[in-house]
Amino acid sequence: MGLAGFEVEVQRPQADGGLSTEDMTLSMGPQHPSTHGVLRFVVRADGEVMKEAIPDIGYLHRSIEKIAEKVGWHGFMPYTDRVDYVAAMPCNQGWAMAAERLAAIEVPKRGEYCRVIATEFNRIQSHLLSVGSMAMDIGAYTPFTHALREREYINDLIEELCGARLTFNYMRIGGVAWDVPPAWREKALAYVQRFEPLIDEFNDLISYNRIYTERLANVAVVTAEDAIDYNLVGPNLRGSGVRYDVRRDEPYSVYPELDFEIPVGRGEMGRVGDCFDRYIVRIREMKECCKILRQCLQQLPPGPVITKVARNFKPPPGDCYVRVESARGDMGWYVVSDGTAFPYRCKIRTGSFAAISIVQKVSRNLMIADLIAVIASLDLVAPEIDR
Amino acid sequence: MAPLAAVDLHVRVKARFGESIGELTGTRRDNASATVAPAAIVEVCRFLKTEPGLEFDCLSNLSGVDYPKRSVIEVVYHLYSYRQRHLFTLKVDAPRDAPVVPSVASIWSHAEWQEREVFDLLGVTFERHPDLRRILMPEDWPGHPLRKDFVEPEEYHGISTSRESLLKAT
Repeated sequence: MGLAGFEVEVQRPQADGGLSTEDMTLSMGPQHPSTHGVLRFVVRADGEVMKEAIPDIGYLHRSIEKIAEKVGWHGFMPYTDRVDYVAAMPCNQGWAMAAERLAAIEVPKRGEYCRVIATEFNRIQSHLLSVGSMAMDIGAYTPFTHALREREYINDLIEELCGARLTFNYMRIGGVAWDVPPAWREKALAYVQRFEPLIDEFNDLISYNRIYTERLANVAVVTAEDAIDYNLVGPNLRGSGVRYDVRRDEPYSVYPELDFEIPVGRGEMGRVGDCFDRYIVRIREMKECCKILRQCLQQLPPGPVITKVARNFKPPPGDCYVRVESARGDMGWYVVSDGTAFPYRCKIRTGSFAAISIVQKVSRNLMIADLIAVIASLDLVAPEIDR
Repeated sequence: MAPLAAVDLHVRVKARFGESIGELTGTRRDNASATVAPAAIVEVCRFLKTEPGLEFDCLSNLSGVDYPKRSVIEVVYHLYSYRQRHLFTLKVDAPRDAPVVPSVASIWSHAEWQEREVFDLLGVTFERHPDLRRILMPEDWPGHPLRKDFVEPEEYHGISTSRESLLKAT
């Protein structure tokens, strides 16, 4: 998308002799530190006030869905890490679950627990990056370093689990690749114990800081109706006050056995569904993750972590639509099999794709600086938008 | 209240639209679907969204699948109701040589972007779409990559799209 169609609009001099003004068209991105990836907005502004911010995506399109059709069922697993590299575990899980659903494969109990442990650690890790970089985008640098410090400890734990610090590849069709290493469980429990109070510390540090809340309250309010209409999911949907979580409402894996709350936006600093609500929902979700992790780590049952799946895996013909709760919410996997060793079609419907589609609507009449807050509060991750 | 089973959902839509609705296929909640005649899709969606007790307030997913053997592109609508927790799938067969399907962007705002993606990657034209243009690929990209017979061009503006294998012995 060029700038064609967004030319500077020259206003005629006013009849009362007032000054004439011009709308300015700015290109924000694709290389911009606040866009969390390569992402571009064409902004039409009257001074500091935006009349419109039109998202332009596709800079990170790697044709992952086409690759799925070429590499086979097992072979696609490492590519799923790259769908959303900030939260790779839920993507692993979505793909594995879709294949398992098609072939009616049962995952061993311990395998399911390992999946949930990995996914929940990933969720904390992803939320830490989200809230930390959000504070930085707004202008507070220190919270970012605190969040990243904790994120590194989680990276250490996940590295022991799967060998990677970014594009985690832990799950396989039928279970997980490796059991937890010796003494890892105790280490992980001790970390959760240490981390949980740090969430309160983070709140003291930034969440209720007056300057911070003033920047977020009442900015880009999304009503519950709009959130559903635009298919917002996960923390963005819950920020608008809709108490919905795939883990509880469309239960999968071992989530029905676990006890956790679903935090929603309450409009405590302004109106329900503003930037602050989306932010604080993520903070509160980290506490719930700790709750889930503690239960899983304590209840981890004995047994195998993976079931035997043919190397030349060919699920019977059919299709299925599997949804998992990723760090950026409900992630939908529509997978079609034609009975061969290659998936016939794989469509990945991601949370960020939905979230960016609402930017044009909510950014109207905001300040340009507020666009940064909007992007950060929606937790847009560019590779997940473009796939 | 438990969500309605796919069989019951199908009966209700079929009772209203008759011939326009095909048979129910799939037995599980996540794959039960019915085909819809292209001309009826907007009315069927509007009915599913507004009918009390159904209230499909969310278009969860809209995608397309190319079937050259049947010579159709299937547009797949995954509908979800947050209020009632129903999940149902509609499929529309568009002829492969001239795939045109009415747009449902007037019913769910999110459809606008999803339809742009299907247009971009599979070449389905959505009638009465407010802003139908490519979304992921460059505007001047030739063809639609998710079609089964798509051949990747050798270069794009002088940039090669292939390279020698790095594993080749030197």
